[in-house]
Amino acid sequence: MILFRFNLILIALLVICALGVVTIQHEARKLNMAWENERKTARKLQIEWGKLQLEQSTLIARRQIEYAAREQLNMEIPSANSVQIISAKKADESRWVVLDNAKSY
Amino acid sequence: MLSPINQHATVQIKMPAGRARMVLALLILGLIGLLMRAAYLQGLQNDFLQQKGEARYSRIVEMSADRGMITDRNGEILAISSPVASVYADPQAITITPAQLKELSELLAMDEAEIERRINREQSRFVYLKRQIVPEIAERIHALRIPGIAFETEFKRYYPEGEGAAHVVGFTDINDQGQEGVERGWNAVLAGEMGSRRVLKDNKGRIIEDVENIRAPKPGQDVILSLDRRIQHIAHRELKKAVAVHKAKAGSIVALDAQTGEVLALTNFPVYNPNSRSSINSERIRNRALIDTFEPGSTLKPFPVAVAIEAGHVNPNTRFQTSPGTFKVGRSVIRDVRDKGVLSVAEVIQVSSNVGMVKIALSLPPQTLWEIYSNTGFGLPVGTGYPGEANGLLRPYNRWRPVEQATMSFGHGISVSLMQLARAYTIFTTGGELKPVTLEKQEFPVMAQRVISSKTALAVGRMLEMATQAAGTAPLARVNGYRVAGKTGTAHKLVDGKYAKDRYISSFVGYAPVSNPRVIIAVMLDEPSAGKYFGGEVAAPVFSRVMAEALRILNVPHDASATDMVWFPAALTEDQKG
Repeated sequence: MILFRFNLILIALLVICALGVVTIQHEARKLNMAWENERKTARKLQIEWGKLQLEQSTLIARRQIEYAAREQLNMEIPSANSVQIISAKKADESRWVVLDNAKSY
Repeated sequence: MLSPINQHATVQIKMPAGRARMVLALLILGLIGLLMRAAYLQGLQNDFLQQKGEARYSRIVEMSADRGMITDRNGEILAISSPVASVYADPQAITITPAQLKELSELLAMDEAEIERRINREQSRFVYLKRQIVPEIAERIHALRIPGIAFETEFKRYYPEGEGAAHVVGFTDINDQGQEGVERGWNAVLAGEMGSRRVLKDNKGRIIEDVENIRAPKPGQDVILSLDRRIQHIAHRELKKAVAVHKAKAGSIVALDAQTGEVLALTNFPVYNPNSRSSINSERIRNRALIDTFEPGSTLKPFPVAVAIEAGHVNPNTRFQTSPGTFKVGRSVIRDVRDKGVLSVAEVIQVSSNVGMVKIALSLPPQTLWEIYSNTGFGLPVGTGYPGEANGLLRPYNRWRPVEQATMSFGHGISVSLMQLARAYTIFTTGGELKPVTLEKQEFPVMAQRVISSKTALAVGRMLEMATQAAGTAPLARVNGYRVAGKTGTAHKLVDGKYAKDRYISSFVGYAPVSNPRVIIAVMLDEPSAGKYFGGEVAAPVFSRVMAEALRILNVPHDASATDMVWFPAALTEDQKG
């Protein structure tokens, strides 16, 4: 009789475990599917990133910028005559000269 | 009360004993049969059956690996892959209504008849309708839901810099394999390897379990080139302009970092657009600066002079008589453009006298002259890894005749590529060391080989700077605010083994700023035919414009006073008076 009860308990345990296995398996598959979806999203984003990089790279092509600056904004590269090069040291010296001149006014 | 049946059942029916035994025997036989079948399936056919079973739910999924990008030294993209779709059909499974066919032909921009022809190949089970269409159009075709039409994701290469960097970067074919340039030379690094894994799928085709990784995908590595996209653009723009203005057949320009030998810009003309395959032909594809050679002319003169000074044969002030502007070597006559009188060695370089040069060269043993050319890398590929680099031609000195030694000193009878020429000038920018040229960005200082002493390098550098002064051959090479050194070259072109009278190759090689060289630029124009052809008139202005921009882009401090330098603008002093 005791043996029979023990068996019953074991059977109950077995059923519980079996159900557990099924539930966990299902859960695992659901998680796996979610992971798979995330992978797909990651891939999609990676592709999107590539496209954006390509777009950025096309937009900053120098000939485009140059064209826009010249044709649309009427800009031009200043000629050598209109460029003034200021060396830091000499500029500092001449600033005092200028200020001295300014004082004398 | 007993039922009538029970009443009957009580009647004992005697069966023949053999029948029971036979039934038993049959049952046992049946059991044995079943056991054997079970053993057969379980034991012998197990693997096969398991495979069959697995095939119902297990799938092998491919994992894509992208081709690496090609970027310039600052990380700006020169080549990148972007996904596109290829449409294919299974001619045995396709069913298409005339209305769908019409829509399909509109979306694919293909003839209805052409589509019909392709999908009517009965024996085939796979036929491409169109490859590499944009994903948006693929979406719309997918929405038509035509059975038997499916898609495949492929990757297409895009080149944002277009023709500007085409000769360095190259291009890939439709199957993503490098065909030219870096795409080809570095294909093994750039190409990714597809991976695959085994998964379980449910009846809706969703992946429910990862079984095993068969092969991990190996994404292609990015290649970081030494190019600077900004300088590359300027170089390309100016070369294109010069080729058009001087009606040249072709042209090349190379810009090197004067200290590391990295290639900052390299472009040629004619060129193609790597984004449109139809613009590609064998003439345009040639990366002339690396794979074509030419007789450079006077741009080689600094090398014999350097070795003559190094060997102690002459010093920069040694004088040579170049009158009357001709000089006989054997049966040949070496000519100058005009009689240049008595010249010092430095002036020979400054005004580019052939006669003076030959007199210096003939004072040297042939071996010494050969060694300086060989040690500066002529006659050998430059070793960038670019496919098809030219060796050039430097013949062994023991077979030279005196006239060959003479002509070789001013760059005839020797052929070099523009890249070799540009690299050779590193001996003047680094104080005597020849730097290897590289197309890949270098993170660490590169090993170099000493060719001449730094004293000699400095002395020749001074002569090269004189060449860009008002009395030299290349005043047009000057850059406002910087000291510039360089040498012009104007060579008669070799046509069918003879020097053509009216066809020239004009070149200029130089560097700046002289006090601390940062950039070497070599320019070559093939057959300028709009009147001007001297290297100083044709190639030097290109050098000057590209150099000015390159130094500005690289933020190189000035080392000379600019001709029009003004310390303070009038407006500013007005302000300060205020």
